[in-house]
Amino acid sequence: MHIHEYQAKEVLANYGIQTQPGTLVYSPDQAVAAYNSQGSTVCAVKAQIHSGARGKAGGIRLCRSNDEVRRAADEMLGEKLVTHQTGSSGKLVQKLYVEAGVDIDREIYLAFVLDRAKQRHVAVASAEGGMEIEQLAQEKPESILRISIDPASGMRHFQAQELAFGLGLGADLVKQAVATFRGLYKAMVELDASMVEINPLVVTRDRRLIALDAKMEFDDNALFRHREVAELRDMSQEDPRETAASDHDLSYVGLDGDIGCMINGAGLAMATMDMIKLSGGEPANFLDIGGGASPERVAKAFELVLQDGNVKAMLVNIFAGINRCDWIAEGLIKALGVVDLGVPLVVRLSGTNVEEGTQMLVDSGLPIIMADTLADAAQKAVAAAQEKGE
Amino acid sequence: MSILINKDTKILIQGFTGRIGTFHAKEMLEYGSNVVGGVTPGKGGQAHLNLPVFNTIKEAVDATGATASIVFVPAAAAADSIMEAADGGIEYCVAITDGIPAQDMIRVKRFMLRYPKERKMILTGPNCAGSITPGEAMLGIMPGHIYEPGRVGVVGRSGTLGYEAASQMKAEGIGISTSIGIGGDPINGSSHRDILELFEQDPDTDAVMIIGEIGGPQEAEAAEFARDHMSKPVAAYVAGLTAPKGRRMGHAGAIISGKGESASEKVEIFQEAGVAIVPSPSEFGSTMKDVMSRL
Repeated sequence: MHIHEYQAKEVLANYGIQTQPGTLVYSPDQAVAAYNSQGSTVCAVKAQIHSGARGKAGGIRLCRSNDEVRRAADEMLGEKLVTHQTGSSGKLVQKLYVEAGVDIDREIYLAFVLDRAKQRHVAVASAEGGMEIEQLAQEKPESILRISIDPASGMRHFQAQELAFGLGLGADLVKQAVATFRGLYKAMVELDASMVEINPLVVTRDRRLIALDAKMEFDDNALFRHREVAELRDMSQEDPRETAASDHDLSYVGLDGDIGCMINGAGLAMATMDMIKLSGGEPANFLDIGGGASPERVAKAFELVLQDGNVKAMLVNIFAGINRCDWIAEGLIKALGVVDLGVPLVVRLSGTNVEEGTQMLVDSGLPIIMADTLADAAQKAVAAAQEKGE
Repeated sequence: MSILINKDTKILIQGFTGRIGTFHAKEMLEYGSNVVGGVTPGKGGQAHLNLPVFNTIKEAVDATGATASIVFVPAAAAADSIMEAADGGIEYCVAITDGIPAQDMIRVKRFMLRYPKERKMILTGPNCAGSITPGEAMLGIMPGHIYEPGRVGVVGRSGTLGYEAASQMKAEGIGISTSIGIGGDPINGSSHRDILELFEQDPDTDAVMIIGEIGGPQEAEAAEFARDHMSKPVAAYVAGLTAPKGRRMGHAGAIISGKGESASEKVEIFQEAGVAIVPSPSEFGSTMKDVMSRL
């Protein structure tokens, strides 16, 4: 789960992370009032969306007057901001964070992430702040420092100190740096964050260490034990189809193609999408309906996929393991009784009782295009989508 | 033979008396797995499916001599159950449970480091379909009948895609020595590489099929191991060609976060390591047939 910058800063304040005074606003008037109350000549008006790289996309504006603040707020609010992380549709800006400006001496990159190779958390930092980590890894890999953290002992004082000196922070800043680094690690562990990124962490001219931006992501699997974190969810930033899917315990990811997919199992779902691509088509979505394909679940899944107006054909691929194909067929037939597909449907069943299941679908008289193999199913779906599109 | 499990392996079910544990325990017994009992704290002394229930793993191991266990405990408590298995003398544990917090798994892996190598438990999963040595024992939730006994080892992250591969191989007359699911989570018990090492040592495995996916470094590690340390041929498929960067594709670990984690990059890494590539998910059977014909 992602949260907004202003939320991350609120969360991290509890862990001793220093930030600039800031105010969340919903209108240009509020933005101007916030700017005036902060008493700083310069302020940053920052779009609050679930995405990084807002600065380059025009989502962070430095302003020096009421007029500038008003114009920035006016231009951003209610508009979609497209960053290279949001995809072409962008994300709607509904709120802004007005933050007092600061005299920056240096910028530092700092993050705590999961190191999947070492299977523990790692602190990643670079004295070259302001760049994204991918860019840093490519252009200045030698500048990246890593501290692997043993979960049994946590981030030790000496490790935080090593990192501070490694970043070239002077002796006067080390104490602040150690508190910041260890605070971030503590927040990550206590709240089951999967990522905490401060980019940039800045050294001010008056020698303070400030988190100028803050990004946090949380492990969905751990939200059950962090109600206070779960409450920070902003569904308006999510793809509504994905929100609807998660409400029904379905795993869905919307994509740009025109072949709707409904598959059981994440791996088989990805493989089926691969097969569509290899057959010259593009999948409209990832959808794992999981083990139990009850008629209600199948109907819900159909509805979800068809909400996407681009879908020109539907491909269902089910490998019945513990499940049985005849049960799946029954579920499909019942679901098709309540949902009007309006697009061609290709079904491929395999596994337990495949003959019975296939026969039931054929006997149902429903306009289902049956397929034997994965390749056959993908080819038929691609052909059906092309025909529908013409 | 096989790796990790055979017909004699004594198995305990953790989360035995629950709905899911009960269902799959029955399936395993029906397949012929040597299930000797189970653990449900507070229900020790009872009988379930005509087998003894114990309060703790230690009691169960003492009473039955079990060496393997399978975890069906709900996500919030599953990490603890895995640690209990590691501490209680279990040699091989399969964790089926989906949805265990990543940090719990970090702690599990750290906990397991406390044991010397000779008594360190092997863990596969979590969030997997389990393991099967066809014709001998099933320690998982897969449909056993699609697996033909034979001499190809299978290791993969996904359940149903593994079934797809197994049934395609069966259709080509290719059997399986053991199939191991390592699960779809970012922090897992054993990696592709760990399992490759076991297959390389197994006299009854002639070739290995890897079923990988986007996200994480484990396919690249496996490719390196296959290149440097394996005498047996390896074939691989990597799912997720169409997955966009930064999106989680169902599995908690199936997310492209950085360099080398996309399907096309992983395929390239396998290719460079001399691993046979399964070009499409419709060609698991034909690719392995080709690999076997060159043995």
